[in-house]
Amino acid sequence: MAVMTETAAAVPVVQVPKRRSPYPASFFLPAAVIYGVLFLLPTFASLYFSLTRWTLFNSTFIGLDNFAQFLREPFLIKGLINTVLYAVITSGLKVVLGLLLAVLLTSQIAARGYLRSVVFFPVLVSTVGVGITFTILMHPTQGMINEALAVIGIKGPGWLVNPSLALFSVALVDVWKGVGLATVIYIAGIVAIPKDYYEAARIDGSTKWQSFLYVTLPLCRPATVTVILLSFIGGLRTFDLIWAMTRGGPGFASDTVASVIYKQYQAGFYGLSTAGNVVLFILIAVLVVPLTMLLNRREGHE
Amino acid sequence: MTKTTRRTALTGFAAGLLALTALTGASFAQSTTLTYLIPSGADGVAVAEELVKSFEAANPDINIEIETRPGGSEGDNLVKTRLATSSMADVFRYNSGSLFQAINPQQFLVDLTNEPWQADVQDSFKQVVTASDGTVRGAPMGAAMGGGIYYNKAIYAELGLTVPKTWAEFMANNEKIKAAGKVAVVQTYGDTWTSQLFVLADYYNVSAAEPDFAANYTAGTAKFATDKVAQRGFDKLQETFDAGYFNEDFGAAKYDDGLRMVASGEGAHYPMLTFATTAIVASYPDLIDNVGFFAQPGDDAAKNGLTVWMPDGIYIPNTTSNLDAAKKFVAYVASVEGCEAQTRAGGASGPYLINGCTLPADVPPAVTDMLPYFADGGQNGPALEFLSPIKGPALEQITVEVGSGIRPAADGAALYDEDVRKQAQQLGLPGW
Repeated sequence: MAVMTETAAAVPVVQVPKRRSPYPASFFLPAAVIYGVLFLLPTFASLYFSLTRWTLFNSTFIGLDNFAQFLREPFLIKGLINTVLYAVITSGLKVVLGLLLAVLLTSQIAARGYLRSVVFFPVLVSTVGVGITFTILMHPTQGMINEALAVIGIKGPGWLVNPSLALFSVALVDVWKGVGLATVIYIAGIVAIPKDYYEAARIDGSTKWQSFLYVTLPLCRPATVTVILLSFIGGLRTFDLIWAMTRGGPGFASDTVASVIYKQYQAGFYGLSTAGNVVLFILIAVLVVPLTMLLNRREGHE
Repeated sequence: MTKTTRRTALTGFAAGLLALTALTGASFAQSTTLTYLIPSGADGVAVAEELVKSFEAANPDINIEIETRPGGSEGDNLVKTRLATSSMADVFRYNSGSLFQAINPQQFLVDLTNEPWQADVQDSFKQVVTASDGTVRGAPMGAAMGGGIYYNKAIYAELGLTVPKTWAEFMANNEKIKAAGKVAVVQTYGDTWTSQLFVLADYYNVSAAEPDFAANYTAGTAKFATDKVAQRGFDKLQETFDAGYFNEDFGAAKYDDGLRMVASGEGAHYPMLTFATTAIVASYPDLIDNVGFFAQPGDDAAKNGLTVWMPDGIYIPNTTSNLDAAKKFVAYVASVEGCEAQTRAGGASGPYLINGCTLPADVPPAVTDMLPYFADGGQNGPALEFLSPIKGPALEQITVEVGSGIRPAADGAALYDEDVRKQAQQLGLPGW
């Protein structure tokens, strides 16, 4: 979202002819000091420290060794794949489920307001709380999910302890927690579609399915773009839910770039974890900037 | 952050008080306030409170305020940050051994080599709080621990088993326990750190076969993957998994579940450090007599011995403004009265490292089982993390993988060697 508003704001600035600010420069000073001390300085300091072996007590300049080491981390490749996989799964499911829920919740159903708030409620709950709760629910032998499955005769899997399943279990919980936000954005998008289009379509003899396919879907593209971007960026930098549920485990099976970085920091490899943050920054930029351009361009062509 | 602010405010307040005393003349006895930083955790806090209470009774002019911090790696970071920013408490408790080396003791801690009480501290502990310049910088806080295997005595009696002296005997016992329909080995990977025990507690067996391993390992010439003896710890973990001895929920169970299982007989063996004895006493006091302990067996019954963990130390940072009072408190902790206060608060979990400290007669069987390894004719040796400054941070993830059948033991050992290299480089050791 921030990326979008910034680029949107940047365009008019270029076109409007330069005008003297009505405020004296000293008015900007407090904000400039805060920005410099809390944002600019740490950014450049982190770039420097990512090139050092740093113990908090002292730092030794070692050039690009940290980056070489980080990229050699045996689990980094797996972490990278997991990160992208997680982002794609969660944002994909949020788009599909969010749209379906929004269509349901904009239709004429009973208790619509109540149902809308129920869908949104998980967004408001603390992520760590959700993680701990689901860890208990997903316990392989005593968890409520597997006990419920056992009642109907199914032996439930080890949701979080099976290495090939753990990442997907966390992703599902993420979708449960985040789909409310996607739904709300879609509801806003659908409500904003003028009723005239639906009437025109009905006069032309379109079925409900065709109205959805040819009116609702194309006209809520801006909502789709927002949902994809928000959940994709959120998925790429996800950390809290994974850490609360599996700590990257079992072993390294559900590690993402963010959890690999955190583990380096925990181990006291401060330079290495700073280098990891620079890598994560580049990764997000490389994936999200082209995605934004692609989605916005299509929007322009409509 | 609030804590720091409050501390600063307190310091200011104390300074004001001091000025006031100076003004009103010497009629007041000067009272000093010390801060004492400890890791949080119910049993640790109880011990600290008892120590402070009895120390203050003997030294009415000194007040001690206890501050707590998180444990684990988060606590490591906090200690390092407070040392680096000169905001450390007057006295603090922290690990000995490799973690002690990582906080730059030479630069930040007061040299305690020539304190009179050092004469009563056992050399085995002095070694693990000695900075690289050969000076001793700490005093022992707590009792020595063993790394080995807790077992359920009721199951052993019921099946007629005897305490194993070799790995083959241990596996034979496991087979009988499994045949009787019980869980032979409890594993609790819900708390990943508990997965390391089979590897770490095997170190006595490594050092018995290869006395130079620690030195060569620090120098970068001995590796877990290429040294068959060192790799045995990883093999043992894989063997027990392959044989199907674990509890069904080993991937999700937690440390507390493990203690409950071995105490109640839901499981027969639980590899763990003996600090767990205190926790079992606290949670399952009526089951503690069912719990015994033995060292992790090696391949030779004649060389059966215990891998020993040294307790934490307490240290004084250079930045303290109350050095004399801080030294008095450290001297008290390192005295016989100090040991007695610790036993009163937390019960006895193992032998103390101060000469003259004794254990009460009614200690739990898990402690009694441990004492022969320390007595004459018994064999014990420190764990690798006290002989070498290097311990790889990812060991617990790797042992979870080996113990869950995700990765074979040999691969796990090789991966750990990679992990260790980072730590050695971070410490700036030569030869890496």
